[in-house]
Amino acid sequence: MTDQTPKIVEPTIFDLSSPGRTGVTFPAADVPVAALPPEHLLRSDLPLPELAEVDVVRHYMRLSKFNYSVDSGFYPLGSCTMKYNPKIDEDTCRLPGFVYTHPLQPIETVQGNLALMHTLQEWLKEISGFAAVTLQPAAGAHGEFTGVLMMAAYHKSRGDTKRTKMLIPDAAHGTNPASVGMLGMTVQQIPSDARGNVDLEKLKAACDDTVVGMMLTNPNTLGLFDEHVEEVIKLVHDCGGLMYGDGANLNALLGIVRPGDVGFDVMHFNLHKTFAVPHGGGGPGSGPVGVAAHLADFLPEPLVGIIEEGEGDEAPLFGFVKPQKSIGRMKAFHGHFGGGFVRAFTYIALHGAEGLKDIAQYAVLNANYLQARLRDTYRVPFDRICMHEFVAEGRFEGSDVRALDIAKRLMDYNFHPPTNYFPLIVHEALMIEPTETENKDTLDAFADALIQIAQEAKTDPDLLHNAPSTTLFGRMDEVKAARELVLCCWLPENYSEA
Amino acid sequence: MTYIPISPKERDTMLKTVGVKSLDDLFEAVPARHRFPALDLPPALTEMEAAQYLGEIADHNETVRGDLISFLGAGMYNHYIPSVIDHMLRRGEFYTAYTPYQPEISQGTLQAIFEYQSLMTALTGMELSNASHYDGATATAEAVNLAFAQFRGKRAKVVVSPAVHPQYRAVIRTYTQGMGVEVAGDDLAIGDQLSVSGLETLIDENTSLVIVQYPDFFGRVHDYTNLIETAHGRGALVCVVANPTALAIFKTPGEMGADVVVGEGQPLGLPLWFGGPSLGFFTTRKQYVHKMAGRLVGETVDNKGQRAYVLTLTAREQHIKRERATSNICTNQGLLALASAIYLSVLGKNGLKQVANLCYQKAHYAAGALNKLKGYKVSSELFFHEFTLECPQPASEVNAHLLEHGILGGYDLGQDYPALKNHLLVAVTEMNSKEEIDLLAETLAEANHD
Repeated sequence: MTDQTPKIVEPTIFDLSSPGRTGVTFPAADVPVAALPPEHLLRSDLPLPELAEVDVVRHYMRLSKFNYSVDSGFYPLGSCTMKYNPKIDEDTCRLPGFVYTHPLQPIETVQGNLALMHTLQEWLKEISGFAAVTLQPAAGAHGEFTGVLMMAAYHKSRGDTKRTKMLIPDAAHGTNPASVGMLGMTVQQIPSDARGNVDLEKLKAACDDTVVGMMLTNPNTLGLFDEHVEEVIKLVHDCGGLMYGDGANLNALLGIVRPGDVGFDVMHFNLHKTFAVPHGGGGPGSGPVGVAAHLADFLPEPLVGIIEEGEGDEAPLFGFVKPQKSIGRMKAFHGHFGGGFVRAFTYIALHGAEGLKDIAQYAVLNANYLQARLRDTYRVPFDRICMHEFVAEGRFEGSDVRALDIAKRLMDYNFHPPTNYFPLIVHEALMIEPTETENKDTLDAFADALIQIAQEAKTDPDLLHNAPSTTLFGRMDEVKAARELVLCCWLPENYSEA
Repeated sequence: MTYIPISPKERDTMLKTVGVKSLDDLFEAVPARHRFPALDLPPALTEMEAAQYLGEIADHNETVRGDLISFLGAGMYNHYIPSVIDHMLRRGEFYTAYTPYQPEISQGTLQAIFEYQSLMTALTGMELSNASHYDGATATAEAVNLAFAQFRGKRAKVVVSPAVHPQYRAVIRTYTQGMGVEVAGDDLAIGDQLSVSGLETLIDENTSLVIVQYPDFFGRVHDYTNLIETAHGRGALVCVVANPTALAIFKTPGEMGADVVVGEGQPLGLPLWFGGPSLGFFTTRKQYVHKMAGRLVGETVDNKGQRAYVLTLTAREQHIKRERATSNICTNQGLLALASAIYLSVLGKNGLKQVANLCYQKAHYAAGALNKLKGYKVSSELFFHEFTLECPQPASEVNAHLLEHGILGGYDLGQDYPALKNHLLVAVTEMNSKEEIDLLAETLAEANHD
């Protein structure tokens, strides 16, 4: 079988190329021709495809149809907050006033952008209870890296150099330890207790004067709010450590509780989760970071600040400021302005305080409703009122059906599967996050499908092992991909001008 | 506005199923004294009001399309973006999907990234590309991580040319502050002719990576073949930060022998958007694939014998390796990689060459015109679409004069290179007409009389 030439469902853009076809043309030069540099400095060939515009449109239209998306259906991917993305955001972020501004323009010419960024900083501070916010980090993981750099810089500035150990619960996202690894710190894993909280005794034992801090996702990746969060924070603070909040699950907390009030020192936001910036097939994200007052001087540069107060009714002059002990720059320019800030700003403006609280409440209601409908069919190992998501086990007594099979079978019912095999502390985990933008009919249909699948697991397990069977593409040969490592349409050494 | 599609009656039914009386009862695990804070935010807007409000904010900017004539580049360039790109990006199937973890129902994203990887490989003359990084600066910092991992941390020095974008150098410093890496070279003196000397002498047996820019921050095109040979002779790798438009006509860094080629993808069909989001491309050679960070799409077959694509070599990544991962990255710039792939597809071989040629021609016309002005001098070295202009007075004053006449003059090099306070970095693209260039020359001539 594997020796057969694979069937091609959609040719690549290189396969579709035909020499001499033209997509876009540009005006002829309106200036006298200058000689190009000597040949040895030029490339001999540019092996790009040649297509007409219609060829390109049809190709990408066909590709788009191979995708499942929030716009086409329910996408309960735990920890990813795949909520509906309001269409108005797509229009506001494309306003010419935003699109056609260069990041290095004089500040006097971009007061609209700077006012928007400053206001967004203020709103995020208010929502989270932090003293200062940087918008610069490009994604959640980038925000985490920013936060950990600031924690390290804080201890260093106090001459406290023995702190090299980060405490991370066993339920944490993989990005937490990876961010710490980028700084050469060590990770000490803290187990969860029987109710899915941080194990206080184990934490107590780990707290000493080598602790940089603790990275806690709360609600955690089991979808549970830590019932002892204030004690956890106190233990970490008492040994001189700082408390990092992973804001991945902030959707459950909007208007419910502010992480800054509870005692977190630093937290990243995921504008692409909580504030409905679309995920774009894997980016761009946007990962602003909020900090308590004692960390504000360490924020990355630059921040947007008020350079000059306006007189009377006049708007102030906004500009860039550098925090005193800044860790430096996290990326070029100012962050994900167009795709991230404008959309998130629009979203918050549309909701106001009450609207944000509704988001959290309904996200939590939807998750609890699904949990209630499914707990008799799928074991929920940490079974209590959950927040915006919950984790069930995708396995059945005496059956060889696994979480993966259930996930794949859901595709036959036209649903995107939940996150599976995460968090690592639950066997065959199915992590389900419905978000607030799903109606009861959809949730019921999804619960019915999962209950039906549990039945199928008993009566016809192969239906699950071979799933999905109704989708255009079936299960993939992942081993072949990793072994042969074909990473581009053409091999440079084989390319010749056709 | 609300986007919650649940009626009060449905809500009550659901609460009953859950076994609580009210929505507030769902939050008893939250410390009571901190529960339900009153947030001080402006009242919610309707869609109509929000559209108007955002429109007003946007109107407080002066744009490079309509308000100002721009000669500003320095890392982001005002290019024409064909209409077809945004029409495709607005497909909900693309922009409302997540990272393609479920390949059976994500082949659109996966094949698009695979094609993006192929296009970037073709453009840079390298062997493979990842699915992209956040931007050019962070892609450059990831090259440092690759080299550090390649030598298992035993070569602690990274040599960075001072003619690499100042913000990229700043990001490298931020990224490496906990790694025990010495960043050398970026404080080398910039000579009168913007010459950078002494870079080669810094490369030694302790150097893991040498970073240069192509064209460099001053817009100049150098053939790095000899430098790369020298670096390789001392066992170091070389990363070239390249402008992708320039690669349409100039010799590729791949041909020069570079080990890693990275850069800012914004010129490839992405809007300026006040600096982001854009993408950072990252291409390298096969032997470094396991040390490279970022997502990677590979070809395979499905169980029906169809050609298909999956995320591959995921064992390098954070969700498996955790603190031993190559990087903490868990996204790429998916939608923007798609945009760049469409840009390269629809322009194709001839369109991209045409854009690069127009940039080259117009920039050279501008350089010729400005060099003739009394008191101004253009660097005589080979450049692509950006060049340095020595002015008779501080660049900041020249820029202020130009702005009064509706012109964004260029980047004031004195901000990063104190010795160059009279120097402007002027960028010219296909968007600049001869009239605009002539107006720039006239206005600069006036500035000298001020």
